[in-house]
Amino acid sequence: MQALKHFLLRAFFTLLFLAVPVLGVWTFVKAPAWHVWFPENVSSYGGEIDRLFWLITYMVTVVFLITEGLLIYFFFRYSRRDSSRALYTHGHHTLEMVWTAIPAILLLVVAFSQMGTWAKIKIDLPEDSPYSAAHPMMEVYGSQFDWRARYPDREGNFQGEDVIETPYDIYVPVDTKVVFLLRSRDVLHSFFVPAFRLKQDAVPGMEIPMWFEATKVGDYDLVCAELCGWGHYKMAGKVHVLPGEDYEAWLEGQRNALYSNGSED
Amino acid sequence: MTTTALEAKPLGIDPPGTVHTHHEHHELGFIRKYIFSTDHKVIGLQFLFTGLVMLLFGGLMAMGIRWQLAFPWTEMPVLGKVLFPETGGVVTPEGYTMLFTMHGTLMVFFVIIPLLTGTFGNFLIPLMLGAPDMAFPRLNMLGYWFWWPGIFLILLSFGAEGGGPAAGWTSYPPLSTVASAAPGSLTGQNFWLLSLTFVGVSSMMGAVNYVTTIVKMRAPGMTFFRMPLSIWGLMIAALLQLFALPVLTAAGFMQLFDRVFHSGFFTPADTIVNSASPEAIGAAAGGHPLLWQHLFWFYSHPAVYILVIPAMGFVSDIISVHARKPIFGYKPMAYSMSAIAGLGFVVWGHHMFMSGMNPSVGLVFMTATIMIALPSAVKVFNWLGTLWGARIHINTAMLFACAFVAMFIIGGLSGIWMASTPPDIYIHDTYLIVAHFHYVVFAGSVMAIFGALHHWFPKMFGRMMNEKLGIIHFVGTFVFTNGVFYMMHQLGLAGLMRRTADPYAYEVYARLQPMNQFISYCAFGLLFWQIFFVINFFGSLFFGKRVGRNPWKACSLEWEAPSPPGHGNFDRQIVVHHGPYEYGVPGAPEDYVPQTQKLPSGVGAH
Repeated sequence: MQALKHFLLRAFFTLLFLAVPVLGVWTFVKAPAWHVWFPENVSSYGGEIDRLFWLITYMVTVVFLITEGLLIYFFFRYSRRDSSRALYTHGHHTLEMVWTAIPAILLLVVAFSQMGTWAKIKIDLPEDSPYSAAHPMMEVYGSQFDWRARYPDREGNFQGEDVIETPYDIYVPVDTKVVFLLRSRDVLHSFFVPAFRLKQDAVPGMEIPMWFEATKVGDYDLVCAELCGWGHYKMAGKVHVLPGEDYEAWLEGQRNALYSNGSED
Repeated sequence: MTTTALEAKPLGIDPPGTVHTHHEHHELGFIRKYIFSTDHKVIGLQFLFTGLVMLLFGGLMAMGIRWQLAFPWTEMPVLGKVLFPETGGVVTPEGYTMLFTMHGTLMVFFVIIPLLTGTFGNFLIPLMLGAPDMAFPRLNMLGYWFWWPGIFLILLSFGAEGGGPAAGWTSYPPLSTVASAAPGSLTGQNFWLLSLTFVGVSSMMGAVNYVTTIVKMRAPGMTFFRMPLSIWGLMIAALLQLFALPVLTAAGFMQLFDRVFHSGFFTPADTIVNSASPEAIGAAAGGHPLLWQHLFWFYSHPAVYILVIPAMGFVSDIISVHARKPIFGYKPMAYSMSAIAGLGFVVWGHHMFMSGMNPSVGLVFMTATIMIALPSAVKVFNWLGTLWGARIHINTAMLFACAFVAMFIIGGLSGIWMASTPPDIYIHDTYLIVAHFHYVVFAGSVMAIFGALHHWFPKMFGRMMNEKLGIIHFVGTFVFTNGVFYMMHQLGLAGLMRRTADPYAYEVYARLQPMNQFISYCAFGLLFWQIFFVINFFGSLFFGKRVGRNPWKACSLEWEAPSPPGHGNFDRQIVVHHGPYEYGVPGAPEDYVPQTQKLPSGVGAH
């Protein structure tokens, strides 16, 4: 009776611990079906980010299952009622070397495999773009609690009366490497378009050049990812990705509207 | 076995291992004995009781957050009436920002650090080293009492003009420095800054004491490599405090100067907040917001290791005792903790990958951050090695310790995603981060604290905690913890950002509400389940089974002292002969050999 009770106790806690890796992996498998998962990627570099994410995900899943598996197996195997003594050992030098060296190599591989993509997105601006940090397509700036895009006049100036400013809605052409300057008027904000896999803080006093290339026409949510005050939760914007000619037409329309007595249409 | 407590007079610094065989009978009054006590054990318990009350406050803040995320803009039961009476219990948007600011602040500075270092640091360090008390008992007492102005100020800030501080526990300027940027930045932020200064001074006094005691007060024979890993963890955490905390204190004063004297350390020139430019509001400008982030994280990244390294030490001790097996790879365990701490000083920039910091610098921080997974992995392998071939006794303390390992694996592995800069572009400031640090700090450190309380309760109070209640508490806590935090990974991968009062205002996130409701139900269950802990803890204080010196048959020195130890701790001469993990020793009369007894000849150990 006593022995059965002890066995049930061991089995119960083993199953409790086992539930973590089993449900853990299962929820990751099911998450896309539950719509608690990545939105579809629509930027040229988003695929690279997703691939690096999966590289890490597969690696950590293997390590996760091995370590949790051993923990659970040892817990079950070595909690038997046994009057003999435990294995008397203080460690194993070679084993320590092996389980230090192998993860070290794997981690270095992970680290170095990230660098190219990071440099491409954040360090170097694309050279084959009609726009550059000196001549950006637009300026985006955040202020409590909205986003604004500013488009330069025909000469490319951001000062003066002919600059077009659109609150909340940002219009960009598809399949074009859009370079823009990110600014903040007041506090920190963060420009986050989940579908582009793009995020960058907007900092007062800084002009941060950023770029993306949208690959699919559509309207995408722009959200603020850095706490900016009580209205942080409603600092929503939209990025409208238009076909190239539609974008040109939109911009032209905005400019013409400016000249028709300052009122639209 | 005699358990009569030794009544000694207050001690100054005694040579290590001193035993006071003759002493005057000199009863201390109630106030000197229980309130302004210089006894490290009383101070440890003061930190324990205060910390547990603060844990309840921090937990209630979390419930407020969870209510809003599950049922936005509806009347919050119980808590809403207290915190938001003017709206009839409905959270206001600025109230929500205050809730998570206070939740983070309370949990980091008033719960986890005081429970790990204040409680167990104070209680265990002299006992495990064979010392009669801390090196500086009076400074120790002062350390506890300097915490109280901090507590008063942070609680007072709720009633400040405009409400409590609401710029996040990270308090990034200009939101935190410009009064017109947020209601909580009117005056609440000043309370926050002053409160943290007091808490910092309190931690500093503790840290000075811990390091001095560990270096100078070890019993004869207690070399550094014979110290329990708990002491290693506590020493490393204290060193982190000593080196990093001055930076936070200085940065806090700079922010206070910005707010009060408009010194403009963190305010750039062309800032316009709510149509007030810095010039118009009298603020000098020319500063930079990123300066605060560097200074803050230079402290607060090491601080997140302060939140976990002592817990790693406790878990090592608990596992070794209840697995009846020497810790596997003692020295690698000590070295890997040191490596985590050392590397911990050069990884702060990973909080700033998206901040506008030079992205090339981000590559350096990324490599350092990814490499910090290495010593963490070594620790996990050694815990597994300890369990291999063990004779595990299943009890509450052991279950919590194993849960720490199981949860730390999750928290550690998820760190690799966000350490890697390209995936971090997407997951920075999302719920994946929230999942990650709660797996380390709640599912990890808080589990370790529960385990450590069950393990050392008999030494603290001379009574056992109830095993049945303990196991009931463990099961519910384990299930609900995973229910709360696991699915936050997927929420983060869906792009859901932190600190958002009503994420469903965004079209992309509207579909996430059912998952958030599930998480909130688990959170309410988690808080409710702690009632079993409260009953067990307070019940056992008065009705627990009385025990002798060494109920767990453990090797380390604290079990040589009476339970609870009297003033001066030890009533016999302490000489240490070997390390603290001699379990399952072949040829010994019992399966363990205390540190004060020689190992049987022919058994090799350090």
